[in-house]
Amino acid sequence: MPITKPVNESVQAVSLSELRWQCRRGMLELDILLNTFLDRKYSQLNETQHQVFTRLLQYPDQTLFDLLMANMPSTNPDIAEMVQQVRMAMVNKNRVS
Amino acid sequence: MSQIQRRQFDTLIIGAGGGGLRASLQLAAADVNVAVVSKVFPIRSHTVAAQGGVNAALANVINDNWHWHMFDTVKGGDYLGDQDAIEYMCRAAPKAVYELEHFGVPFSRLDNGKIYQRAFGGQSLNFGDGQAIRTCAAADRTGHAILHSLYQQNIRAKTHFFDEYFAVDLLKDNEGHVLGALVFNIQNGEVLVIEAKTTLLATGGAGQQFKNTTNALINTGDGMGMALRAGIPLQDLEFFQFHPTGVAGHGMLITEAARGEGGYLLNSENERFMERYAPSVKDLACRDVVSRAIMTELREGRGCGPNKDYVLLRLDHLGEEVVQKRLPGIRQTSITFLGIDPAKAPIPVSPTAHYMMGGIPTNRFGQVVVPVKDTPEEPVAGLYAAGECACVSVHGGNRLGGNSLLDILVFGRAAGNHIIEYLQENRYHRPMDESSVEAAMQRLQRWENPNPDGEPVAALRAELKQLMESHCSVYRTDEVLREGVEKIEQLAERIKNARIDDHSSVFNTAKVEALELENLMYVALATMHSAYARKESRGAHSRIDYPDRDDKNWMRHTLYSLEHGLDYKPVRTKPITVDSFPPKARTY
Repeated sequence: MPITKPVNESVQAVSLSELRWQCRRGMLELDILLNTFLDRKYSQLNETQHQVFTRLLQYPDQTLFDLLMANMPSTNPDIAEMVQQVRMAMVNKNRVS
Repeated sequence: MSQIQRRQFDTLIIGAGGGGLRASLQLAAADVNVAVVSKVFPIRSHTVAAQGGVNAALANVINDNWHWHMFDTVKGGDYLGDQDAIEYMCRAAPKAVYELEHFGVPFSRLDNGKIYQRAFGGQSLNFGDGQAIRTCAAADRTGHAILHSLYQQNIRAKTHFFDEYFAVDLLKDNEGHVLGALVFNIQNGEVLVIEAKTTLLATGGAGQQFKNTTNALINTGDGMGMALRAGIPLQDLEFFQFHPTGVAGHGMLITEAARGEGGYLLNSENERFMERYAPSVKDLACRDVVSRAIMTELREGRGCGPNKDYVLLRLDHLGEEVVQKRLPGIRQTSITFLGIDPAKAPIPVSPTAHYMMGGIPTNRFGQVVVPVKDTPEEPVAGLYAAGECACVSVHGGNRLGGNSLLDILVFGRAAGNHIIEYLQENRYHRPMDESSVEAAMQRLQRWENPNPDGEPVAALRAELKQLMESHCSVYRTDEVLREGVEKIEQLAERIKNARIDDHSSVFNTAKVEALELENLMYVALATMHSAYARKESRGAHSRIDYPDRDDKNWMRHTLYSLEHGLDYKPVRTKPITVDSFPPKARTY
């Protein structure tokens, strides 16, 4: 069974600064992808999407890496959609810069 | 100080990567009351990023011997490694791997059921005769598998975890005994004094001091900063391993496989410049040669892009099918972070800081050791270190692939065992030194007061990283480093007056980043001074103006402390039971 960090179930209570700390991971690739998304896209999401992003952050680093580097698709449609959004934030940043 | 909450443990471990968790498991399994403080949730430690494997002479594929492993490690480290520690590590390696197997690490298997082993660079049979096959791997996620297994075993052994707590400083008494640390809870800002009979630093490396690095954001040298402030020198910090091809502007690795498959480097004049630097092997030259060649091109104005700060790695001539089939990871990295498909266009790359061989000086029992009068290695009572933040020194001037996971496992365990012995002879907590608590609190509270005249932390951090990149990465000369020393000293003064604008208690990441910046600054000072002083080329420390190794004058360890500046101590050339390997030219 994968180990995940216990997360406050009340997503509304998760502040942006707490989320930023949850985006600190063991791999540079994850740091960059997650923080880019947080900076550029997170504020435009609705409440349900906020919850999905918080759920995504509970995944272990290696699983997150495989999902976000497109090595492995998620079978959960909400997570799969969020993974796409995180990747797109990076793509859009590249376009601008 | 009476209002600060206090907890007592036999042992405090700061850092929850592989080194910290291996030590804590050894202790918890022996019924030691052990606490682990980690600024992130433990399984988000940087050990998770180690993909390659663990070296151990198991001889599962072809014949092997720990003594050959020892020779390779001594030679790979360019004869700066301590040979007693290297012998200990290579002898202990098979046991360390079998222990992991019992802890539940799912190693890849051979057809006969034995642990799979793969070939890595720098490994030989029979003291340099042919390629050894020595690296045990759990697919390409060995670090992840080790970290998760160790964490689960620690939970079972009832290790006490303080997740998302930041360690501010070590606490010490006047006699030099380390008594624990002052930490605070990142979630709510609450300060806690953890009193411990023994403290182990296992906080990992400090790649974040460089602009381009493979290291995660958490790798800010916190334990090394704490050690320096506690009066402990750092050892051999000038030895920092760089990888030649990191994704420009981001730092993550593009592995050698890209050039192995036929990829080559181009400068802004569309020239295959490696033909000038290594006419026979060209782009397949050693990492340090390729890194220096790239940096020379950049410094001489032949870099690409608006800032001329990268070169191009061309793969598109290989064809889309080859790139997709043989280099899928590299292709995905390039598409994700640069929006460039390497099957169609070249990848911007530049050298990237990867691993620090230096750190807090320890002996092979994990005890932190410092010079006292005429003794170069006197243990600091109650203080231990393990992993990348420590310098045992098994990697010497240059680490071999597959030896970093081995280092954290062997010396995490050794430190745990020595702590158990120490606790049997030191059964009671020493009285807390309140002036030490006061000093740590002052360092913390300095960030709670508005300082409108100071410069922002983020800007100073960016400047520090650029400065280290420009003056202390792979292109090192007297002039470049002298200028670097002057600039880093000036920047250090400005960082002392840095400001943050968030003074809240809850998840104040600005305060954490400010404390991390201070730690990076101290490590950067030590790195720059140590590199400037070492007038030779050895291992990863390569001086353009001193291209040769100089065993007569420089076969010695550097020590840098805030109080005394630079000092040196001899290399331990005598192994435990076998003959020494005398220095020879390091050719492959």
